[in-house]
Amino acid sequence: MPTLNLSGAMRLLVLVAVFVAGVWSQSSGVIDDFIFYLPDIQYLAVQHLWLTAISGSLAIMTAIPLGILLSRPSMQKVAESAMQVLNVGTTIPTLAVLALSMSFLGIGTVPAVFGLFVATLLPITRNTYTGLKGVSPALKEAAAGIGMSPTQRLLRVELPNALYVIFAGIRTALAINVGTVPLAFLIGAGGLGELIFTGIDLYDPVMMLSGAIPTALLAIGVDMLIAIIAFLLVPRGVNPSRA
Amino acid sequence: MIRLDNLTKVFDTPKGAVTAADHISMEVPSGEICILLGPSGCGKTTSLKMINRIIRPTSGKVFINGEDTSSLDTQALRRNIGYVIQQIGLFPNMTIEENITVVPKLLGWDKAKYRERAREMMRMIALEPDAFLKRYPSELSGGQQQRIGVARALAADPPVMLMDEPFGAIDPINRAVIQDEFLKMQQDLKKTIMFVSHDIDEAIKMGDRIAIFRAGKLVQYSEPDELLAAPKNDFVESFLGEDRALKRLNLVKVRDLASDEIGLVRPDDSLETALKRIEEYGYQNSIVMVNDKRQPVGIINAAVARTTSGHCRDHFMSVPVVVSLDDDLRKVASLMFANDMTWVACVDDDGRIVGQITQRAITHHLGSRYRTHSRDQATLDAAASLSPADKE
Repeated sequence: MPTLNLSGAMRLLVLVAVFVAGVWSQSSGVIDDFIFYLPDIQYLAVQHLWLTAISGSLAIMTAIPLGILLSRPSMQKVAESAMQVLNVGTTIPTLAVLALSMSFLGIGTVPAVFGLFVATLLPITRNTYTGLKGVSPALKEAAAGIGMSPTQRLLRVELPNALYVIFAGIRTALAINVGTVPLAFLIGAGGLGELIFTGIDLYDPVMMLSGAIPTALLAIGVDMLIAIIAFLLVPRGVNPSRA
Repeated sequence: MIRLDNLTKVFDTPKGAVTAADHISMEVPSGEICILLGPSGCGKTTSLKMINRIIRPTSGKVFINGEDTSSLDTQALRRNIGYVIQQIGLFPNMTIEENITVVPKLLGWDKAKYRERAREMMRMIALEPDAFLKRYPSELSGGQQQRIGVARALAADPPVMLMDEPFGAIDPINRAVIQDEFLKMQQDLKKTIMFVSHDIDEAIKMGDRIAIFRAGKLVQYSEPDELLAAPKNDFVESFLGEDRALKRLNLVKVRDLASDEIGLVRPDDSLETALKRIEEYGYQNSIVMVNDKRQPVGIINAAVARTTSGHCRDHFMSVPVVVSLDDDLRKVASLMFANDMTWVACVDDDGRIVGQITQRAITHHLGSRYRTHSRDQATLDAAASLSPADKE
């Protein structure tokens, strides 16, 4: 019983803490300050998601075919070196990528989307590649042995069995993406970074948090969304969360 | 029918060319199971996989039912060959039903037909369709999975099947059960089957013919009994093991060696008659007593018959050991050793005595065609020591 008591006490403690925080924020006027920023938050959050959506979908549409291509037996020789190039690509800090793309593409949405696209590309490509490479040779041999064409093997056997790993890559990549979008403000693409960086510059914690907290919530929301899609799309027999 | 004509595979490796299969020529008649047997790396799997082009032959041809398969499209060829592998290779993302119907779907069957076929296959492998069709492979035991693997290979009713150590990953008890089930199915299906194994006992049990491979060459291709009786060279002989004469016991049925001469007594015969018959037939210590329908009811002991007088019906002992005509000699030998007997009475399906099988007949059968290649007399001596002291 002690564990039950402990968790009961913890729950009570949390309730009290939330209540106290609520009372404090109401009395100190923080809530009103946040409400002041609400229209900004709404506008910038939409912009933020828009940047994620465009760069993310471009990255998914490029990375999955690229991963598939590299995993084909005919690409065996170049695949590992190509993955190395991509790996080096991710070691470049995102800020540097944004700076570089700004120097080629100028200021605004286009260089921001390009920078985010580059940052998102690798995790998805890598997981697609390793997911497909990880499909058991016995399955591939069985699929070939019963007379599936290479395309049928890919679509009916390899991709469904690698899908869970591919989705894990998409989740990681989009979490990185949402978290990186604030930097896009620095090259003039907007997003919640506008509140964060301006807040920092003006030493205005409320303004900064008005950008930071929604960014965190968006990251969690996007992650949950992908998790739900994965849960629904990955076939039941190979879906650990539905076992 | 499967015919291999000078099938050869040379692998290019960093250490130079390796000939995995060297001019393999053989023919498997329709409806028979041919076991490809040998140590690992002997070329048996390579030869099998060249038939459905999982491995491309360097040269040589494969004929299936007389047709040269090199003119066929790879996918079309494979869809007409059932393929079972040791790792089973069921698709974990598909239900059992989807797994079984993969090939019929590839061949463009309509839905009603392939769904009915899935149920039919499940009944054939003795798994309840309603309980299993909607489940996923990961929810089944290894033995059940391999049954599904066989069902998937058979779903489109291909004339030919290739099986690569299909039962190798299954525990020995389940393996024996699945082997028996498979042989029973094969009696009706009459597929032409190439079957890779490294287990000599499995080969003897399953094979109509056995092909022994060594270092990429086909060394001997014979029926199991012929193989065990007369191995072609020292390698085959040592591969079969020193107890190969005993292994042949599995292959021969009582029916083949039983003689219809048997000494019997009836309940109203006197013990004197019993003793006379025991001597007349050369039995060591007992004789079987039968009722009016020639069914065995007991045995009369020679010692009792010698020292007592009266009728057999008053002096018989427990029901005697008998074997059925369809039992194999292994069971007979086991009973003989266990009961210290040199002969066993044989009964037909109605339990009537139809004859006897003697130790002498067994050793004579095993010895008549037993040949050895080894200069070492040990194997010969071992075979000879099987014979009884010739005092029957």
